[in-house]
Amino acid sequence: MGKDIILKAENISKQYRLGQVGTGTISHDLNRWWHKLRGKEDPYLKIGDTNDRSTKGDSDYVWALQDINFEVERGEVIGIIGKNGAGKSTLLKILSKVAAPTTGSIKSRGRIASLLEVGTGFHPELTGRENIFLNGAILGMTKKEIAAKLDEIIDFSGCERYIDTPVKRYSSGMTVRLAFAVAAFLEPEILIIDEVLAVGDAEFQKKALGKMQDISRQGGRTVLFVSHNMAAVKSLCTRGIVLEHGKVVFEGGIDEAVSEYLKVYNIYNKATFLNAPILEVNVEQENEHLIIKAKYNSNEKIDIPNFGFIIYNEFGNPILGGNPVIHNLEIDIEKNFKIGEIEAKIINPRLVDGAYTMSIWFGDSKENHFEALECVMFEIKSMVDIKYVNTSYIGSVTPNLEWKFNIN
Amino acid sequence: MNNSENGATPWLFEITPKNKFFSLNLNEVWQYRDLLLLFVKRDIVTVYKQTVLGPLWYFIQPLFTSVIFTIIFNTVAGIATGSVPPFLFNLASITVWNYFSSCLLATSDTFKANAGLFGKVYFPRIIMPLSIVLSNLIKFGLQLLIFIAFYIYFIVSGESLSPNFTLLFFPVLVVLMGLLGLGLGMIISSMVTKYRDLTYLVTFGIQLLMYISAVNYPLALIQEKMPDYSWIIDYNPMAYVIEISRYMLLNTGSFSVGSFIYVGVVAIAVFFIGLLIFNKTEKTFIDTV
Repeated sequence: MGKDIILKAENISKQYRLGQVGTGTISHDLNRWWHKLRGKEDPYLKIGDTNDRSTKGDSDYVWALQDINFEVERGEVIGIIGKNGAGKSTLLKILSKVAAPTTGSIKSRGRIASLLEVGTGFHPELTGRENIFLNGAILGMTKKEIAAKLDEIIDFSGCERYIDTPVKRYSSGMTVRLAFAVAAFLEPEILIIDEVLAVGDAEFQKKALGKMQDISRQGGRTVLFVSHNMAAVKSLCTRGIVLEHGKVVFEGGIDEAVSEYLKVYNIYNKATFLNAPILEVNVEQENEHLIIKAKYNSNEKIDIPNFGFIIYNEFGNPILGGNPVIHNLEIDIEKNFKIGEIEAKIINPRLVDGAYTMSIWFGDSKENHFEALECVMFEIKSMVDIKYVNTSYIGSVTPNLEWKFNIN
Repeated sequence: MNNSENGATPWLFEITPKNKFFSLNLNEVWQYRDLLLLFVKRDIVTVYKQTVLGPLWYFIQPLFTSVIFTIIFNTVAGIATGSVPPFLFNLASITVWNYFSSCLLATSDTFKANAGLFGKVYFPRIIMPLSIVLSNLIKFGLQLLIFIAFYIYFIVSGESLSPNFTLLFFPVLVVLMGLLGLGLGMIISSMVTKYRDLTYLVTFGIQLLMYISAVNYPLALIQEKMPDYSWIIDYNPMAYVIEISRYMLLNTGSFSVGSFIYVGVVAIAVFFIGLLIFNKTEKTFIDTV
């Protein structure tokens, strides 16, 4: 028995034109047509920069994706991870047949249903029940399939009382729940999901995550999942593909993929800077403590090396932060603080397992000279003794609790 | 493909940069037939929700337009409609014209109006314009009922009216008209994705087109009064559609097999050209719209 490949991407590339699309494209269209007429290649396909948003390229065209190749086996749950703008959404759009690739092809042995958004095509004037049918049909189900699952869908959504009320009267939370319920009962061979978990309240997110786990575990369904939530990716996926600047930089087991993702950006526990007052920043977990170290070399004389930091969880929500000034630190002002090292030990921050990012600032008591937003990424492992929790639901800090039970 | 890497199951489908030159995937459209019907239902059910008069609006528009046309064109301007009451003459023309114009207007907006939906989920894009043509067909059917009601009213009140035996071919004419509206709409909707100017052109273009489509005058009148410019109307397939349907319904005006065939050829040609352009656009429009 060979591998049972259900999906195969071959040399997928996608080019976008930057700037004002629409005006002035007639000349490009004509030029293209003229090249085609003479049997030549599309002149605009050759030029183009890689998709790096931080630098300014010369070309009007960029490659959002370049030469993407991968294979997916039946029953695999694949996480596609990468920074914002790495090309994840573009790849999903191509896989969902919403956008066409510029070159390459995707071959599939199964029906693909994609969930790039919940509630696509919901009509506010129609009732919940009518919208279940409409939305289901849009996602590729037949009327019969939907009718067979109608009760389950309504039950899962928890909107039973309102099912014959127009959706425009629903709260936004109810709409999302209903929409996700429809999607959760889709039965395609391949399911493509893009950060749908980022919507809805925490309770719903938990329910959705649980349902997704069910789908992938017992359903034997092939799932492609894009998310920034490393904890969700790790718990759901078996394999990972890491994208950077529109290229596949890693493909393999999910744990390696996640650490590769963190390493790719060279922001794993450490960041170095050139031509900046801050030379280097380090974050290390030391048992239950977190230690931040920074080396600085300032051109100007500063009264106090004011090094600030904020730590964010994987959803980008700030968790904690500080700097010497807000903490009223007394420092000998007569000294020259041009060059030195700073260490901040966060005693027992009690963070739950997961990936965190940190932004830093540097200056003195009067003004800020330097900032680097979310420049360091680090992982916390077994800092607190706690079972797996959904951080989007409960938060990232575990309180130091003392329980008392008065049992009668 | 090499069979060693898989159990020789063929690929179900392939996603490529471009559609084949001509690929109407009827199979796929059939798979999504439920969606087509649900879209039709949605269009019909939701249009006049939360209005007091509800579906009566389907009848008010053609009736009032006919009254105004009768006053302006027949009473004031004195256009003769032969033995047919002018009101019925106008009602017939407007009912037929409305079907064509609403098909054209709604389908020409397909890509732009549904960009949000098309950007998130795949289904055969042709479902959208098809559903528009079908829901308009139902609307057209309802409006025909009103026409029939007035038809009977005029017969009861002593007018000598009778349809022509060619009425048997009326459904064919309606289908051709639908194809023409759909085809033109698909061509325009594909071009609108790149050149937005067309949106503005369409709305008033349809109004202008109405005046050269023999809606409010018999075709013969133009040929008689403006022989030098009547070619504008002679080449307009919609003028024939209107004229022929009046001939079928009211036994007035002219009819020739030649003009019927002309309409058929143009409608089918426009439909296939529309399909071709639509097919080409559906893969790339999301990047340009």
